[in-house]
Amino acid sequence: MIEVEKIHFSVKNKSLLQDVSFKAKTGEFWAVVGANGAGKSTLMKLLSKELTPTQGKISFHNKDLKKYSLKELAQKRAVLAQQNVITLAFSVHDIVLMGRYPFYDSKPSQRDLSIVDHCLQKVGIIHFRDRLYPTLSGGEQQRVQLARTLAQIWEVREGFIFLDEPTSGMDLLHQYETFQLAREMTQKGYGVIAVVHDLNFALQYADQVLMLKKGKMFAIGNAGEVLTGENIRDAFGVSVRIFQPDDSPFPVIIPEATPVAIV
Amino acid sequence: MMTEEETIAKTERKEQKMIQQELKQPLSPGWVILILGVALLGCVLFSVATGALSISFSEIVGIVSYKVGLTDIPIEEQQKEIVFWVIRLPRVCLGILVGAGLGVAGAALQGLFRNPIADSTLIGVTSGASLFAVIVIMLNIKFFGIINEIAGAYTLSFAAFIGAAVTTALVYQLSKITGEGGVATMLLCGIAINAFVGALTGLMTYMATDEQLRTITFWTLGSLGGANWTTVLSVLPFVGCSILFMPYLAKSLNLLVLGESQAAHLGVNMVKLKRGVIILATMAVGSSVAVAGTIGFVGLVVPHIIRSIFGPDNRYLLVGSAFGGAIVLTLADTISRTIVAPGELPIGILTALLGTPFFLYLLWNQKRNRV
Repeated sequence: MIEVEKIHFSVKNKSLLQDVSFKAKTGEFWAVVGANGAGKSTLMKLLSKELTPTQGKISFHNKDLKKYSLKELAQKRAVLAQQNVITLAFSVHDIVLMGRYPFYDSKPSQRDLSIVDHCLQKVGIIHFRDRLYPTLSGGEQQRVQLARTLAQIWEVREGFIFLDEPTSGMDLLHQYETFQLAREMTQKGYGVIAVVHDLNFALQYADQVLMLKKGKMFAIGNAGEVLTGENIRDAFGVSVRIFQPDDSPFPVIIPEATPVAIV
Repeated sequence: MMTEEETIAKTERKEQKMIQQELKQPLSPGWVILILGVALLGCVLFSVATGALSISFSEIVGIVSYKVGLTDIPIEEQQKEIVFWVIRLPRVCLGILVGAGLGVAGAALQGLFRNPIADSTLIGVTSGASLFAVIVIMLNIKFFGIINEIAGAYTLSFAAFIGAAVTTALVYQLSKITGEGGVATMLLCGIAINAFVGALTGLMTYMATDEQLRTITFWTLGSLGGANWTTVLSVLPFVGCSILFMPYLAKSLNLLVLGESQAAHLGVNMVKLKRGVIILATMAVGSSVAVAGTIGFVGLVVPHIIRSIFGPDNRYLLVGSAFGGAIVLTLADTISRTIVAPGELPIGILTALLGTPFFLYLLWNQKRNRV
């Protein structure tokens, strides 16, 4: 469980995040949405302890996040960041195996290796196993990183997965598969917190949605309650229409042609 | 349908079987050490045998077994025995140490800076050592009564090592003050300090007399000519430490490939890693430069060679580069002392002369393999 209590974060008097509080449990899929610069990535960095809040407190499994060592955290949560540039000629298998590094000393066990292969299979890139990472396309590289993130968390009980725009660069099918996978992980008892740009995916897959606007919590709650036409217009500056197709269990969000000014 | 637990267990069994069947695993560090160790041994034998006075293989065996007490009969030409123990072997040993130090430091720094063109010059080791060495040459040791008493004939080496350590510390501290301590800041600070220290060295050179200029030039070109057992033993602890402890950082350096923050998410303490690499690299390169002058290109090219043979994994790369550096330097030194015999070509000239085309070949080859 992650408990965020009134956290603020500012750099040189410029406030990037103000008064954000929420409680994410394992088994829940949280989507963080908001316009560019709303503080989504900052929030993810605070959650993963890359940054420390200037005020407020984050507890991770009822223990202050500050009291965790990097090594301990590495065995309890996995992070997929936005940019992943690798120039050295590591193979896909090597990169995914890096997710297992926190769990072995000098030599990976058979189990580590099988987990790597299984995660490659899960993400559907087992046929890339021996390809060199720099030779893959952007979307393929992102899927390798996803597999690495999965490998890191695979055997962790009540682990958390933080995904910052996990689907960037992926084609439609793999975007869909990624969300499906995230959903599956929550059913296995993991907690997933993801920055999501496509509101339709958020609506379709997330249990809870946190909507940020200019560093503040704008709305929080069930996906259906937060992702309303009004909220989306106020937070993103785009008027949308929300349809409920007869043959689909989910409503569909479609932007209207002309954007309105952000208030 | 199988549960996932079963699937994993199944692949586990399958892989175990596969490994039993055909050992299709990548080379373990043990193999890398074995292969390169044999190559190094070959180079050492070749190097001690070659020179103005050539010693045959059987004579080497005779000399060594007489020394360790396996036989009571010394070889016929006692002169060769003296040449072997007093001139050749210490020189070869020094070459091994210096080369290994440059190689391992180069590989680790390339990993730390996530940059294939990084080498020890970037963090100020070489330029700092040069500056202090030039100062000592200029002031002509006699003014340094105190240092002279402690360091004796090794004042130059001593000063060079201090210079290397001081400059690197300066670069490291500056990067902490000016930036958030990321490696990119450190790289930039290194470039700035290098330029500054280089200018000071230039100023010294400008003021130098002809005699001093000659000494300075020869020092900056590097040579293993000053080798004896004392220099070997004084370099050994520094390079030895570096080679022993650097491989412990290999896993962290691998994770660093993913980026600084991603590495931190996987449990790497960046501050510790950076400090470790810098200290160990400075020890290795600082002591090497101190006794042999600046030998360029080994720290840059050797890791590339090892990477193209054994792959980019730092667990092989660091150890491999130590061996590779030792091999390259042993061979280069053999050439440098035989090619213009009885004179001696500065080894720095050779490493750069032979290193450049080889390096370009590697780049070309990489490109060819990628397409």
